[in-house]
Amino acid sequence: MSIKILVCITHVPDTTSKISFTDSDTKFDKNGVQYIIGPYDDYALARAVEIKESGGASITVLNVGLAETEPTIRKALAIGADEAIRVNAEPVDSFFVATQIAEVAKEGNYDMILMGRESIDFNSGVVHGMVGEMLGLPSFSPVMKLELNGEEVSMTREIEGGKDHLKAKLPIVAGCQEPIAEWRIPNMRGIMTARTKPLNVKEPVSVEQHVKTEKFELPPPKGQCKLVDPEHPEELIKLLQNEAKVL
Amino acid sequence: MAILVFVEIADGIVKKSSLEAVSYGAELASNTSGPVTALVLGSVSEDKLEAVGKSGAEKILLVEDERLNQPLVSAYATAIAQAFEKSDSKTLILAKSALSDIVAAKVAVKTGAGIVTNVSSLPDLSNGFHVQRSIYTGKAFENVSVKSEKKVLGIRKNVVQIKEDGSSSVIEKLAVDFSDKDFTTNIEKTEKAEGDILLTEAEIVVSGGRGLKGPENWGMIEELAKELGAATGCSKPVSDMEWRPHHEHVGQTGVKVSPNLYIAIGISGAIQHLAGVNSSKVLVAINKDPDAPFFKAADYGIVGDAFEVVPKLTEAVKALKN
Ligand SMILES: Cc1cc2nc3c(=O)[nH]c(=O)nc-3n(C[C@H](O)[C@H](O)[C@H](O)COP(=O)(O)OP(=O)(O)OC[C@H]3O[C@@H](n4cnc5c(N)ncnc54)[C@H](O)[C@@H]3O)c2cc1C
Ligand SMILES: Nc1ncnc2c1ncn2[C@@H]1O[C@H](COP(=O)(O)O)[C@@H](O)[C@H]1O
Repeated sequence: MSIKILVCITHVPDTTSKISFTDSDTKFDKNGVQYIIGPYDDYALARAVEIKESGGASITVLNVGLAETEPTIRKALAIGADEAIRVNAEPVDSFFVATQIAEVAKEGNYDMILMGRESIDFNSGVVHGMVGEMLGLPSFSPVMKLELNGEEVSMTREIEGGKDHLKAKLPIVAGCQEPIAEWRIPNMRGIMTARTKPLNVKEPVSVEQHVKTEKFELPPPKGQCKLVDPEHPEELIKLLQNEAKVL
Repeated sequence: MAILVFVEIADGIVKKSSLEAVSYGAELASNTSGPVTALVLGSVSEDKLEAVGKSGAEKILLVEDERLNQPLVSAYATAIAQAFEKSDSKTLILAKSALSDIVAAKVAVKTGAGIVTNVSSLPDLSNGFHVQRSIYTGKAFENVSVKSEKKVLGIRKNVVQIKEDGSSSVIEKLAVDFSDKDFTTNIEKTEKAEGDILLTEAEIVVSGGRGLKGPENWGMIEELAKELGAATGCSKPVSDMEWRPHHEHVGQTGVKVSPNLYIAIGISGAIQHLAGVNSSKVLVAINKDPDAPFFKAADYGIVGDAFEVVPKLTEAVKALKN
């Protein structure tokens, strides 16, 4: 059986990026920032490619973003997706993004919609839940293991202090995290073929925006680290008790 | 403006983070003249719910249904959405957990509410409804305004102190109309670390990295943690090599913690690790390399060999307690 998988990816600053803002702290400063596929989305994509290699699947990657995200989308094609869709809009909030993804999903009739457990820019952890609700599908997150057996999906999901093992029937939505698959690096052949794979651009549907960004802020700078003599670690305990007051 | 707080139960006990959420609701209510209602799902003995009243809820809605003793996302979302409507609340508050974000997402769609997760402040009501959330994995904050009448807030740990001076709450049973679709997921098995302090709930976390050389050396980490009443964590390579279970792995791709005190032992302080700990109140690094990046992020540090320092620390904590 060949199934249809939709993988939703974000285009986010590399994890080592320095974060800063412009326009009186109302816009993210993209200057000099290296962009990557969201690390969790990368796990989702890698798992989809594994499924494609083992049992056959067609993979569509989807990003809601402006034209600047296309190099990131091409990278996903190079890793193994067959085609891509970009919904041409600034991803202003989770509900907006989820609505766009749900629209695409309704047209595509996917068996499985894979996402990351969360984006590393907005860290909301909600888009998969919203999309599932909009489509009337069950959503699972964070999923650490996902196996297909015909129509049945076996998953291992992280819960606090452990994990649970569950079964559900396709179609589903899942937010992925490690160790669901090994990250893939595009190879030369992948990069070459990605250039000619279809990347379709869709215009967004309009959505009433409930949550609006007003301003960004950086945390206050850290003070100096106070060093304690390694011969007298008990001094540290005293400082934690009397100065930091955390013991 | 009525406020509903979802209270999560873990192993028959109310989670501490949920008590924080109740107190958050109570703080908000003091500006908007409440009332604060807590919602509890599943079978839980009523004496276990006393703390919910103390931390600020006037009423507890209890959906007694054994099926809800398991974390079923769809069923939880249905129950919470119905309680949200029936209690005529305008704001729903949930403490961040592996379960609550995705449940909150579904509730927001069901009820047409605006949703903000990772909330790191109390709302500012002086001119609309403004709240701050943590973004870029703790590297920045975003101030947002919520325009919708109904609001769902997922709050981080340590935003408010748990109140203890509330009174006892009235318990009211709530019947929920579930559909078959709410129970299509079959949870076959649950594996949980027994008796451990939950990493995400802990006030103190003691974490070990590759500098500890092997799983056989975790005894001293556990001992220090035990003396401090702390949970144990680790860096990613440590869980990758299976020295420690995956759910202990802290960082960008693992658990994010915000305890009062995080002690990192033999962890270099890679940015991806720091991403999981940078909202802790106090960071301590113990590393033999004075140039380890962790010292740039830490409040306190010891440049030394963990194998010598840690047992001495444990002794010092013991001495402190006596
Ligand atoms: C996309 C991405 C996501 C990632 N996500 C995470 C994540 O979520 N969490 C995470 O932890 N990592 C993550 N990593 C990996 C991260 O970059 C680092 O490789 C990792 O954190 C290093 O772990 P460590 O500090 O335990 O090991 P090392 O970097 O090997 O550091 C060991 C430290 O121990 C010290 N040491 C050695 N011996 C002693 C001794 N006897 N006493 C005291 N100190 C000693 C050394 O000086 C050194 O600083 C991620 C990486 C990527 C690329
Ligand atoms: N702009 C976007 N385009 C495509 N997918 C997205 C977008 N934003 C979020 N997602 C998906 O939703 C997941 C959860 O995102 P979030 O709710 O923002 O934490 C991400 O890991 C992605 O898989």
